Amino acid sequence: MFNDITPIPLQAYLLISSLLFCIGVWGLINSRNAVRVLMSIELMLNAVNINLMSFSSYIDGNLIRGQVFTVFVITVAAAEAAVGLAILISLYRNRTTIDMESFNLLKW
Amino acid sequence: MNIASSAQQICFVILGSVVILGALGVVLLNNIVYSAFLLGGVFMGVAGLYLLLNASFVAAAQILVYVGAVNVLILFAIMLVNKKEKLKEIQGLKVRKFLSGLVCTGLLLLLLRVDFTTQWISPGPEAIGEMATERIGEHLFTDYLLPFEVASVLLLMAMIGAIVLARRDVLTSDVGTGDSVDQNLIEKSNEPILLDQSTK
Repeated sequence: MFNDITPIPLQAYLLISSLLFCIGVWGLINSRNAVRVLMSIELMLNAVNINLMSFSSYIDGNLIRGQVFTVFVITVAAAEAAVGLAILISLYRNRTTIDMESFNLLKW
Repeated sequence: MNIASSAQQICFVILGSVVILGALGVVLLNNIVYSAFLLGGVFMGVAGLYLLLNASFVAAAQILVYVGAVNVLILFAIMLVNKKEKLKEIQGLKVRKFLSGLVCTGLLLLLLRVDFTTQWISPGPEAIGEMATERIGEHLFTDYLLPFEVASVLLLMAMIGAIVLARRDVLTSDVGTGDSVDQNLIEKSNEPILLDQSTK
């Protein structure tokens, strides 16, 4: 597992990315501040990016298609953050709070 | 085990712990401003991991887009909405946190099982170094041309959408003629329209 060609095993990257993803999921469910929910989504996107990058480097040889996917994910994440924060500011104007528990207009 | 691979391993351990501890801080700290700055640290750590994976272009893009744009945007949003408010107590919040923690731990165990039991066909990382940027450019303009163009349309849509959602001041009369202007879709009144009436 540890040799000079691959000093870091692929599983180590996968471990980091799994941990980051689960922290993101937990934060997404439990945050009451709406900004923190958006930050948790960014954490999850970064976990997926680490996954794509490590597979691209370890398994895809010199085609590195995973890196292209990562560039696309970064693009979509930037768009998502912009729209998400705009929605958040709009919500704050209408309800004067950012507590997720008070955004229950569509709750049955 | 030569000195280069030990250096890589040490860098990996440092970057990995920065990423994980920073992410825990983002989720668990009470002060949202600390969380935002720690999020910047997490993004930097992830960029360092990309450098360890021989991907200098994506690491640079990560720092430019995430630290330079997304994190600054989040800080601005915090500045706009940061009001010290006393969150009202919710019944069973502790139970909810505990249960979701259990679910997330289960998810983590499942992911780790997949990670460590699968026999990945691993030729190992190929050191293509600076060729990586060239290769990404080739991909973007040959087999990934359509997603590349669609991404530009998506960014334009996101920009217009963000402006429409977040704008506040709407001119009700035309500046030139003085006539009233019909702005059905984007017009918003300045007072909160969805305020809970029952609390008043």
